Amino acid sequence: MTDPIYKTDALIAENIEQYLETHQHKTMLRFITCGSVDDGKSTLIGRLLYDSKMIFEDQLAALEADSKRVGTQGQEIDFALLVDGLAAEREQGITIDVAYRFFATEKRKFIVADTPGHEQYTRNMVTGASTADLAVILIDARKGVLTQTRRHSYLVNLLGIRQVVLAVNKMDLVGYDQAVFDRIVSDYRAFAAQIGIAEFTAIPISGFKGDNITGHSANTPWYQGPALLPYLEEVEVDATADQDKPFRLPVQWVNRPNLDFRGFAGTIASGVVRPGDAVRVLPSGKTSTVARIVSFDGDKDAAVAGESVTLTLADEIDCSRGQVITASKAPLEVSDQFEAAVIWMDEHEMVPGRAYWMKIGAQTVSAKVGQPKYEVNVNTQEHLAAKTLDLNAIGVATITTDREIPFAPYAESRDLGGFILIDKMTNATVAAGIIHFSLRRAQNIHWQATDISREHHASMKHQKPAVVWLTGLSGSGKSTIANALERKLARMNRHTFLLDGDNVRHGLNKDLGFTEADRVENVRRVGEVAKLMTDAGLIVVTAFISPFRSERDMVRGMMQPGEFIEVFVDTPLSVAEQRDVKGLYAKARSGQLKNFTGIDSPYEAPENAEIRIDTTAMTPDEAADRIIDRLIP
Amino acid sequence: MSVKTLTHLQRLEAESIHILREVAAEAEKPVMLYSVGKDSAVMLHLAKKAFYPAPPPFPLLHVDTTWKFRAMYDLRDKAARDAGMELLVYHNPEAKERGINPFDHGSLHTDMWKTEGLKQALDLYGFDAAFGGARRDEEKSRAKERVFSFRSANHRWDPKNQRPELWHLYNARKTKGESMRVFPISNWTELDIWQYIHLEGIEIVPLYFSAPRPTVKRDGLILMVDDDRFPLRPGETPEMRSIRFRTLGCYPLTGAVESTAQTLPEVIQEMLLTTTSERQGRAIDHDQAASMEKKKQEGYF
Repeated sequence: MTDPIYKTDALIAENIEQYLETHQHKTMLRFITCGSVDDGKSTLIGRLLYDSKMIFEDQLAALEADSKRVGTQGQEIDFALLVDGLAAEREQGITIDVAYRFFATEKRKFIVADTPGHEQYTRNMVTGASTADLAVILIDARKGVLTQTRRHSYLVNLLGIRQVVLAVNKMDLVGYDQAVFDRIVSDYRAFAAQIGIAEFTAIPISGFKGDNITGHSANTPWYQGPALLPYLEEVEVDATADQDKPFRLPVQWVNRPNLDFRGFAGTIASGVVRPGDAVRVLPSGKTSTVARIVSFDGDKDAAVAGESVTLTLADEIDCSRGQVITASKAPLEVSDQFEAAVIWMDEHEMVPGRAYWMKIGAQTVSAKVGQPKYEVNVNTQEHLAAKTLDLNAIGVATITTDREIPFAPYAESRDLGGFILIDKMTNATVAAGIIHFSLRRAQNIHWQATDISREHHASMKHQKPAVVWLTGLSGSGKSTIANALERKLARMNRHTFLLDGDNVRHGLNKDLGFTEADRVENVRRVGEVAKLMTDAGLIVVTAFISPFRSERDMVRGMMQPGEFIEVFVDTPLSVAEQRDVKGLYAKARSGQLKNFTGIDSPYEAPENAEIRIDTTAMTPDEAADRIIDRLIP
Repeated sequence: MSVKTLTHLQRLEAESIHILREVAAEAEKPVMLYSVGKDSAVMLHLAKKAFYPAPPPFPLLHVDTTWKFRAMYDLRDKAARDAGMELLVYHNPEAKERGINPFDHGSLHTDMWKTEGLKQALDLYGFDAAFGGARRDEEKSRAKERVFSFRSANHRWDPKNQRPELWHLYNARKTKGESMRVFPISNWTELDIWQYIHLEGIEIVPLYFSAPRPTVKRDGLILMVDDDRFPLRPGETPEMRSIRFRTLGCYPLTGAVESTAQTLPEVIQEMLLTTTSERQGRAIDHDQAASMEKKKQEGYF
């Protein structure tokens, strides 16, 4: 059963040195197989492993036993059992994650990303596709091009995979009929053109019977093209193609073993570098030349895309993790606002306006995602209106970062145009993103300098500006305490302003509701107004439920250090509900009021508030005094 | 104009170095778990390359069971010295006190010395990221393990709740008490490991090469009588056999193969022509198909 394409047992036995020599020059191809539950994906991968003798006798014995016990192929070997991994999944007969498989032929090592065909599909397939050079799209010959095929192809194209193989599987079940194959290929061609897949290679196969896998099958004399594996052995890999692009090195690690050595280490995203090359560091824009390419095995003459290297530069210039060293004549763009496709991967929906961590290249910055311009229906590619993105939804939105970052559109560079978003509270990876282009806000709007400074404003009022931010449940006593506090400050001749939640919603924020996204925007606007007022020298008192930690932290970040005083008005829910001054809890309990904090919308209590007020143990006046003690020492 | 096409080993090496540097940059207190086997040897070699000319910016940790082959202890100390790295050796004090050993205590031996010992050592030193030499090709459930594998404050692994890993963007953020296990050689196969050792001239424990060694056959495994703690059963006398090991662990739990392979090319030759998988020599896996997965959830590497 050993096929000559895989390994030559005779050569191994006779001349191992020569065999090793050949194998040191193998290249590597990473590919993804896409298909629905019954398309025969696992069977195909199992077949590739089996044919390449990546299965040993003991595993084979287990496979034969398993095939008889839980297999779906009667007494024959069920190849799918080879690749269905975790115990729970095996019971259910479905894979639920991305699994990576390995096999090798004489010419190449292959890494296969195997992703399951069910609901979590988008998330898993996008993950598997992100590192793939090529996609094998499986179609069941009996069923033809289905909705799933369209979805797989759309995602493959979205993730920038240039090489597509259309594997028309289960040809044995349609009598190896050429007409069936031709019709499917022609259907697919029409659709592929619509979504931007210009070229693909169609191959009629049977994963179960082994037709056109390693060599040309006698069952398909009408098919003249390559069999699947010989094709996979020959296609060009991305890392090689990337060498023709300009040099880019995201700096991952600055290596400073002593004062005399400063190396910049990272993986080359594209291009080639040689000592003497002129380079530019972004975003600073400083220029220098490459002095050495330092390696454990001695200095190198050149390094190419895909290699992890350490460079030294001729000049002592500032360069730290996250910056990008580029060819000096072809620098990257730098921006802080982008249009991007966002693939949401978390159970908790996207919150437009909330700050997430954005990791791109070797840098992590704070970034906000705007309300989606549209969501894409992955099955039909239609654009839909959307206010947010749910798990597995894909949309296009504006991303704003808190500083300028060097980047490349994803179509030019996966490494410099692909990013992930991380929730600041849970640290979960909540989204993947693909930069389309920069929105040139940064270049068009500048800061106008003013002559009268915020210090001047404050000194005229003989006070230190501050924001006293009261947060707590509805009915906790925020407005009462805020009012008492402002009265006392006024008596002390302090210039104050009270921003109250209900009042602001009658004017500035009358367009906002109580969804999570609207609550975020509500707090952001109040934060900006409070900031302007502190610039004017005022002591601002605010009374807002402001239920989410992220947004309170966002407002804290807007203010000058020390000017933000978070006051947690700590009233147990039961007490607040009992008071129910405005009758809102009753309404919420009866279902007349949705998204009510504490009932069907969460309240995230502060962890490090400057002041905590226990309203069950303190009167509003005492609370106000406590705050004044902190405010005016 | 492209100047060269990277080979599969060059691409694997680059990926592993990228992962090592990423952890050094993002973790507060990383450590490399060093088991003295061939996978550890490759991982250590990659770490030396990643940070050259500096030594790797983390220590090595050996969670010892006191039952490793003597030759492993010799190489362990030398390898750490050569790399210019601090070597930490941890013994679970409770296992030591109760005299836990592989002959009398079966799977409790692995649980206490390795699984518990590892958790204790990580807690003791406060390491928040630990490199391990596991590979995805070793076993079915490992094929789905992430490169950055996130562990709860009590070191548990939740296979249903793993972070998606896209491109080469690894999310290393965590809250206090949580930690990561990071597997830089996830995408290497056994053959890749051997080829790389051969190409790079990496020093490995001599037990990987065949030599006449004192052995007994027991329960279908050939065991080496490495020291006089080995309790011989009635009728057993150690016999000299020409053997070598495909994987190394505690000597009473590690089966040898009869072999004449004395050089690396011969070892690779044998491996390529062989018909049993690597883990078959390990007593630990045989219980049931999902045994590794259970052990991992409990915190075994």
